[in-house]
Amino acid sequence: MRIFIKFDFNNTCKKILEEKLEECQIKHRILGFGEVEFLEKVSTEKMDLFSKSLDRYGIEIVENQKTILIQKIKDAIVDMVFNEDSAVNVKSSVYLSEKLNHSYGYLSNIFSEVTYTSIENFIILQKIEYTKQLIINNQLSLTEIAFKLNYSSVAHLSSQFKNTTGITPSAFQRIINKRREIASKK
Amino acid sequence: MQHDSILITLADDDEDDRLFFIDAFEELKINTVVNTVNNGRELLNYINDPETILPNIIFLDLNMPILNGIESLKEIKQNERFKDIVIAIYSTSSSDQDVEDTFVLGANIYIKKPSNFDSLKKVLSEIVTINWQYHTSGLNKDTFLLRL
Repeated sequence: MRIFIKFDFNNTCKKILEEKLEECQIKHRILGFGEVEFLEKVSTEKMDLFSKSLDRYGIEIVENQKTILIQKIKDAIVDMVFNEDSAVNVKSSVYLSEKLNHSYGYLSNIFSEVTYTSIENFIILQKIEYTKQLIINNQLSLTEIAFKLNYSSVAHLSSQFKNTTGITPSAFQRIINKRREIASKK
Repeated sequence: MQHDSILITLADDDEDDRLFFIDAFEELKINTVVNTVNNGRELLNYINDPETILPNIIFLDLNMPILNGIESLKEIKQNERFKDIVIAIYSTSSSDQDVEDTFVLGANIYIKKPSNFDSLKKVLSEIVTINWQYHTSGLNKDTFLLRL
């Protein structure tokens, strides 16, 4: 016996998506035209699981290659700044191009185009973020922080901090301490 | 999401300042959607409206009638729902005391209103660019302080 089947592709795909999103416990909204909005942060593990579960239906998550590369550059920079063992004695341009297997010129162009800032500025921003974190923890002096982050002097770190944030490291510390005082009174 | 534009709300009672502000954003590379309100009370009514999509950045003039910048800042900071909004103080004053007081109350950015249009554009561009990094790289907004 043979039967004939008629299907509504859109509906089929939508149902599959819905089931798989629910299986992976991802809160979502299906927007139609192949677009799904996640209503929460999704871990890479969950994302992998979700992507694999769609694979056998021939459904594939479209990712922009540029976006992926930018994320890799950012991850490498964060690792370089926050993880002291990573690349203390190597120039950041050498470190990035070796780690990501592209010329630094290529990385640098694509980074500026997508993020509106340069790799150099992003590295400074991350270093200042790390400095803030260390200041807040109150365990290291600014001199020790400068040494830890490979600044030639504490003055160099101080002026870079001031240039980036508009305030001095000590004003920053004072403001955060006052905020804490207020918060503890509530 | 990363590709959306940045939503910006300005509270300022001066009409010229509001117009300059809107014009300055139109020339920036990063996509922004700007709207304005006339004072702090209007601002709070706007963001408290459940229909409103909350802005990413609020620019607050300090001297406004009905509800001024400091009072608005305090009210905004009391509400957990607004904790992800970056607050920029946008004022003619640049006294260290005002800067520090507003930072302590939870403002993230302090700008002295520039005296001409070109520097206004430059300053706003810098803010949106840095804010973009916080927005797209998951940086800690609790310690985001910027004075320009």
